[in-house]
Amino acid sequence: MHNIRRSASSSAARSAGFVRAAFGSLLVVAAAFFCAKASAQFRVEISGVGATQLPIAITKFRDEERATPSLSVSAIVRADLERSGVFKGVDAPGALDENSQPVMTEWRGRAADALVAGSITRLADGRFDIRFKLWDVVKGTPLGGQSTAVEAGDLRLAAHRIADYIYEKLTGEKGVFSTRIAYVTKGGGRYTLRVADADGEGGQVALNSAEPIISPAWSPDGKSLAYVSFESQKAVVYTQDTASGARRPIANFRGSNSAPAWSPDGQTLAVTLSRDGGSQLYLLGREGGTPRRLTTSNAIDTEPTFSPDGRSIYFVSDRGGGPQVYRIPTAGGNVERVTFGGSYNISPAISPDGRTLAYISRQGNAFKLYTLDLGGNGQPQALTDTSDDESPSFAPNGKLIIYASRAQGRDVLMTTTLDGKIKARLVSTTADVREPVWGPYGR
Amino acid sequence: MMKKTMHVGVTALVAAFVLAGCSSVPLDDKSKVPVETRNTTGLGTGAGASAGGAGQSGVTPVDLTKGGANANLGKVVYFDFDSYVLKDEYRPLVDSFAKSLTADRKKKVVVEGHTDDRGGREYNLALGQKRAESVTKALALLGAADSQIEAVSFGKERPAVQGSDEAAWAKNRRAELVYR
Repeated sequence: MHNIRRSASSSAARSAGFVRAAFGSLLVVAAAFFCAKASAQFRVEISGVGATQLPIAITKFRDEERATPSLSVSAIVRADLERSGVFKGVDAPGALDENSQPVMTEWRGRAADALVAGSITRLADGRFDIRFKLWDVVKGTPLGGQSTAVEAGDLRLAAHRIADYIYEKLTGEKGVFSTRIAYVTKGGGRYTLRVADADGEGGQVALNSAEPIISPAWSPDGKSLAYVSFESQKAVVYTQDTASGARRPIANFRGSNSAPAWSPDGQTLAVTLSRDGGSQLYLLGREGGTPRRLTTSNAIDTEPTFSPDGRSIYFVSDRGGGPQVYRIPTAGGNVERVTFGGSYNISPAISPDGRTLAYISRQGNAFKLYTLDLGGNGQPQALTDTSDDESPSFAPNGKLIIYASRAQGRDVLMTTTLDGKIKARLVSTTADVREPVWGPYGR
Repeated sequence: MMKKTMHVGVTALVAAFVLAGCSSVPLDDKSKVPVETRNTTGLGTGAGASAGGAGQSGVTPVDLTKGGANANLGKVVYFDFDSYVLKDEYRPLVDSFAKSLTADRKKKVVVEGHTDDRGGREYNLALGQKRAESVTKALALLGAADSQIEAVSFGKERPAVQGSDEAAWAKNRRAELVYR
């Protein structure tokens, strides 16, 4: 099910298939396992060349084909690490496991700097024992490893956790591979709100509706989703507990209610309401209640998003003529303009360290993903060469952005590194997908 | 994001059904054409009898342009690109809705604003809201009570016509008046 292809440039990838990159020993990992899933199957397509990518060899885990025929833990680990942009997978033949004594010269010969080997054993109680070890090939020393026993339903999560472990050991940063994303699909006249792994796999339906669903937003604890549903023939904001499905409308005032955004402490939501005319920002307790008005303009004020310290709210306003990104203190006060380049800038997202703004800028007829250093230095940077980008959202480690775009007539989900160099495409083979939001750590 | 997923003809048909399904404008009252049956037992009785032998097939025309809420005027207001200004050509339509609302204070109208599919979802939701509100403001000025009117928006989520050209976009930049 993981059909991984690599190419040196994203445009080559899109046009005619996939081209071998010029660097290193680039090989296609031919996944031997294809899981027949009903709908919305994602394939991961990674493109781009990073400045310094750490070559890592991940051998098939001993017995993984036999013990878990429906998925490959080693392939999931490899795809995760490659998608981060920090690693490039190298060919890893051979039968090693966590107890092996790998011959380091052999792996150095394969231009690997790190090596992973492991095993999967089916236990008598039906669970799976997964073990692995990580070696520093350059130094020739083991770096660590883990063993864990999991239910079949948690095999994917276990693979993602292995990728997190490796990522953290080798980069010093937290991995985001075991986090989740939410997104909306539209197809066959129906809309769904889905929750999936950060690689797009394992999608589960949280909401199924005949009417549009827009603007999903994860609560900071990862337990709830806020979203806008048109099920009552107007925009109403709901919150929903993802585990139980329990949902409640929290903003259903006169007119339209939309654009929910959670405060970092999870206690407040900023929303756009038209209850007093126009579209203005209000703050609401997480249970709903009486909103406190935040902006007072005669313009459109919408798309609020909190700064990581919760003290400011970035939002979109056309008070200056066209839509631009502004900032206001959460307690109220002076509104400051943040974006100046271009005449139409929307959909702000703030990095977890508060230093980078990602947003969508209309350039001619194209809508493109840009970043801007909020420290005040530097120009806006375009991250893509596509022209229908939407809805950027940062990974919780701030190293990747997920966004929606359009390719070959379909809506697709993409991830990109912050420099725009490594992109991964999560392609839905059936429905159109849009509005991705990256969930927090801590699943 | 533009899609050409349906043949335009089918799309228009589906759109027509969707619109019909969406609205709860009671066209029924005004659109039934009463057919009179005439007894031609005597010459000279009934207006139709002398009209060149119309006899038993006489038909009385019903004029929908007088007094009917909106049958000939439709219930959709269209807008220019990036605009939410209510154009003069739609004043009669808004007028007729206002009359209907002032005549019956139990009637309620929801005005649903829409945009074409270019641009962000939430910003377009707000633009659609502005379009709806320009209509509700006009209704209020003409006497409709606040409690009788509500402006909502679908932004770009519910296009009337699929397509990525000006012809389609023009048909999607609209506000629909719906009795609820």
